[in-house]
Parts: sequence; structure tokens; C-alpha cells
Amino acid sequence: MEYYPVMTLGRRGVNFITRLGGIFVMIGRFVVALKDIPRSVRLIFEQLYAIGVQSLPLIIVIAIFVGAVSAWQAAYQFKFIGAPLRYLGQAVGKAVVIELAPVLSALVFAGRVGAGIAAELGTMRVTEQIDALEAMGINPMRYLMMPRVLACLIMVPLLVVFSNFIAILGGLSVAVVGVDISSETFLEGFKSSFQVTDFVNGLIKAGVFGLVIGLIGCYEGFNTKGGAQGVGVSTTTSVVISSVMILILDFVFTVLLFRL
Amino acid sequence: MNECLIKIEDLHKSFDSNKVIDGLTLSIGRGESIAIIGQSGTGKSVLLKHLIRLLSPDRGRIYFDGKDIAKLQGENLVAMRRRYGMLFQSAALFDSLTVAENVGLGLHESGDYRKSDIDIIVQDKLEMVGLSGSADKYPAELSGGMRKRVGLARAIAAGPEVLLYDEPTTGLDPITADVINDLIVSLNQRLLVTSIAVTHDMASAFKIAERIVMLYEGRIAFDGTPEQIKISSNPIVRQFVTGRATGPIQVR
Ligand SMILES: Nc1ncnc2c1ncn2[C@@H]1O[C@H](COP(=O)(O)OP(=O)(O)OP(=O)(O)O)[C@@H](O)[C@H]1O
Ligand SMILES: [Mg+2]
Repeated sequence: MEYYPVMTLGRRGVNFITRLGGIFVMIGRFVVALKDIPRSVRLIFEQLYAIGVQSLPLIIVIAIFVGAVSAWQAAYQFKFIGAPLRYLGQAVGKAVVIELAPVLSALVFAGRVGAGIAAELGTMRVTEQIDALEAMGINPMRYLMMPRVLACLIMVPLLVVFSNFIAILGGLSVAVVGVDISSETFLEGFKSSFQVTDFVNGLIKAGVFGLVIGLIGCYEGFNTKGGAQGVGVSTTTSVVISSVMILILDFVFTVLLFRL
Repeated sequence: MNECLIKIEDLHKSFDSNKVIDGLTLSIGRGESIAIIGQSGTGKSVLLKHLIRLLSPDRGRIYFDGKDIAKLQGENLVAMRRRYGMLFQSAALFDSLTVAENVGLGLHESGDYRKSDIDIIVQDKLEMVGLSGSADKYPAELSGGMRKRVGLARAIAAGPEVLLYDEPTTGLDPITADVINDLIVSLNQRLLVTSIAVTHDMASAFKIAERIVMLYEGRIAFDGTPEQIKISSNPIVRQFVTGRATGPIQVR
């Protein structure tokens, strides 16, 4: 009896390694499938629309509040350490561009899009639609996986560009209305500290997150077993794993990209 | 028998501890029409999926047109699969596509057909299965029997050499079922396709097949003509053909 936890842990470990291996294999398949972009243009545009454009409203709402809360928090901390409020734009700008917009957008995206991909492909798996594609000589990696992963890879950075912009506006509004500093002061602070490399590095992180969300959603979807319950499990698993991977990779890439 | 097209040698397949196919050997000639019968859960669908490598055997080989299909890769695997058309037991329609798009997808994605030609072929195949009025519906809007027929239209759309039908008449009324039986017979006779049909429906099996194969416990329990199966004294065959609950076959 007392071996059970150990065995469960062992099995979990094996599952995790299998999954990691599977995801690496999928990266390879994705790269191979990229050569079929020319004849998959329609499929890619469908996904860009479904995955990207339709996520925009949600990303905007999130961004407004991310900017707003970070302005309030920064002002609160400035008061605590007695820093001058004219640096507020700087603090909010850095936090949003480097960290908050990429990570929070990615987490929301994992919940909306990653889960959607896993559920859709999982349903196709358990209802034999993926078998039917293969039976017709259509490669599911090209037809289903590549357009989705590519759309995630393109759309997460694009959404983060929007998110940056909106979040700064959110922060600005709170600064003007709640903290009582002028918009000129806030924007000057923001401009004085803005660096293109920060912005680009934030987008690089966003691209990595997008790739990870797409790959994990597809992997979990393709490997769904059982019926409706299996689809539920895949969906949840894809969100959990993507979210954890986003936070781990965020740390890794932050250390790599932003040298102290 | 005609020239051998499909050869299955000593096939074994288990799912975890569930042994489904246990040393099955079968040859199918070009142009033949075979019905595969057997109790629910004996592995008929599993067998069909092996033929186009949707499943891989644990042991044994399958040859198609002289080539070991386990060795096919990339374009060759695709080419082999395109020579087949498969009607899935569940129909397996793409639920995000309309009926017409479902039927035309294989043609469209092969890149070998013009849009206008695809439209004509799709219309023609839908007429054959009696569904020309439903071209723009989505699978969720169809009845079970209609889905089956769309699946059939999709299977025959690209003019395959071999057709695999997994229970083509299940869920159809007797009249529609007979229309489908006639269609299968005419495809077999006019277009010389090889057909392999899994069925529980003995009337259908007698009508569409010149050879009937019965699966039992992972192997072939009977292999012969419809006339032979009618007079067979094998108790397993008798029980199945006459449909009795008691006999050597136990429902587990
Ligand atoms: N993907 C799978 N994973 C695990 N087990 C499977 C899988 N596919 C089939 N099986 C098992 O294989 C056995 C044979 O299944 P199969 O679908 O081939 O039966 P069948 O002869 O087609 O039955 P029916 O007439 O009811 O369709 C069943 O016991 C089933 O549980
Ligand atoms: Mg079956």
C-alpha cells in the first residue's frame, strides 16, 4: 500500500517525459509541414481569424485592467518608498512591455485558444475524423496542426502589440484619474525609459508562448483517448501544461534576454 | 481466384490485454467483393483500419499490390491510401464542413482537380446516394442514415480501386438499404472496384458479396461463397447465420 504514492509519482514522471518527447516530435513535424504553406493559405487564414482576430476583444479587456492595476500598484509602492510620482509612467511602461502584457496575454490565450484547439482536435480524434483525414491521404499535421500552430505563433506577438498599447492607456487613465498626475508627466516618464529592445524582447517571449500554446493544444488534442470525458481531460491538461510552461519559459527567456 | 491484391499474413493485434486479432491470414483478389461478418466486438472494424494503416499490427504483414504496407513512407503511403475509399462505421464526417465539402475534400486536397470538376463529381455522388438536396447542410443537421450515405458518397468520390465499407446499411430503412446494396453491386460490377464490406445484415451480405468471410475469436472461422455458407454445417456459422442466442458463440 505504502508504495502507491511512489508508483503514482513514477508513472507521472514517465507520462511527463513521454509528453515532452511527443511535443518535441511535434516541433519537428511543424517545421516539416511549413513547406506546405503555399497550398494551405486558406486554412492558415481561417485560423488566423478564428484564433487571432476573435481573441482581440478579450485581450483588450485584459490589457485595460492590467495597465490600470499596475499603475495603481506602482503608485502605492512609490508612496511607500517615497519615490516621486513622475516616474510612474516609467514603472508602468517597463512592467507592461517586458512582463505583464506578454505573460498575461499568453495565459489568457492558453485558456481561450489552447483549450479550444485541444477540444476541437480531441473531438475529431474520438469521432474518427482524424482517421478519416488520413484515410483520404490528407496529412493531419499539414491540414490541422500546422495552420493552428502557425496562427498562434503569429497572433500572440501581434496581440501583445495591441495589449502593450491598451495597457499603457489603461495605466495612463488611472494615473490621471486616480493618482492625480498629468498625462504629459506620465507619458514623458514612459517615453524616457522606453527601449526598442525591451519591446522586441517582449514580442520574442510572446512568440515562444504562442508556439508552446499551439503545440501543446495540438499534442493533447491528437492524443485524446476515450469519449467526451477524454476530450475534457485533454482540454484541461492543455491549459495546465501551457500555463506552467509559459511561466517557466518566461523565467528562462527573461534571464537570457534581459542581461543584468 | 483473380490476381491477389491484398494479402494479410498472420496478423496479430491486441489493445492492452485485449487480444482482438490472433493470427489472421486472408487473401483478397482484384475485383472481388467480400463480406466480412462476425459478432460485435470481434475486430472487423479493427481489421479494416489495418488495411490502410490507421492501425499497425503487433505482428504479421499486410501486402497491397505486392508491397508491404508497413514499409510505405510519405508520398507512397498517401498514394496507397488514395487507392482506397473507406466508409467508417460512425461515418466520421467532418462536422465543420458541409455535406458537399465533406464529399469533395479528398479531391480538393489532392490538388489534381479543378473546382468546377469537383462540383460536378460531388453532385453526381450525392445523387447516387439520394442526397442531392442536402449538399449545403452540416452533418449535425442530418439523421444517422443520411450521415452514413454522405460517408459513402465521400468514400467513392475519388474513384478508388478498393472500397472498404464498415456496415454500409446499418441504420437504414430496408428500402434505402437496398438502394445502397444496389449501388455497391454496381460499383463492383461496372467500375471493377474491389469491395470489402463489414456487415451484420445477412440479406445485404448475400446480395453484395461473392465471398463471405466470418471472423471468430480473432481468426477466420469461415471463408466461402454465399451458397456454401447457407449449407455450412459449422455450428459457429450456423448460429450466426440463423441468429440464435444459444450455441457455441457466447455473448460476453
Ligand atoms: N482504438 C482502440 N483502443 C482500444 N481498444 C479498441 C480500439 N479499437 C477497437 N478496440 C477493441 O477491439 C475490439 C474489436 O473492436 P471492433 O470495433 O473492431 O469490433 P467490430 O467487430 O467492428 O464490432 P461491431 O460489429 O460492434 O462494430 C473491441 O473489443 C474493442 O474494444
Ligand atoms: Mg465495427
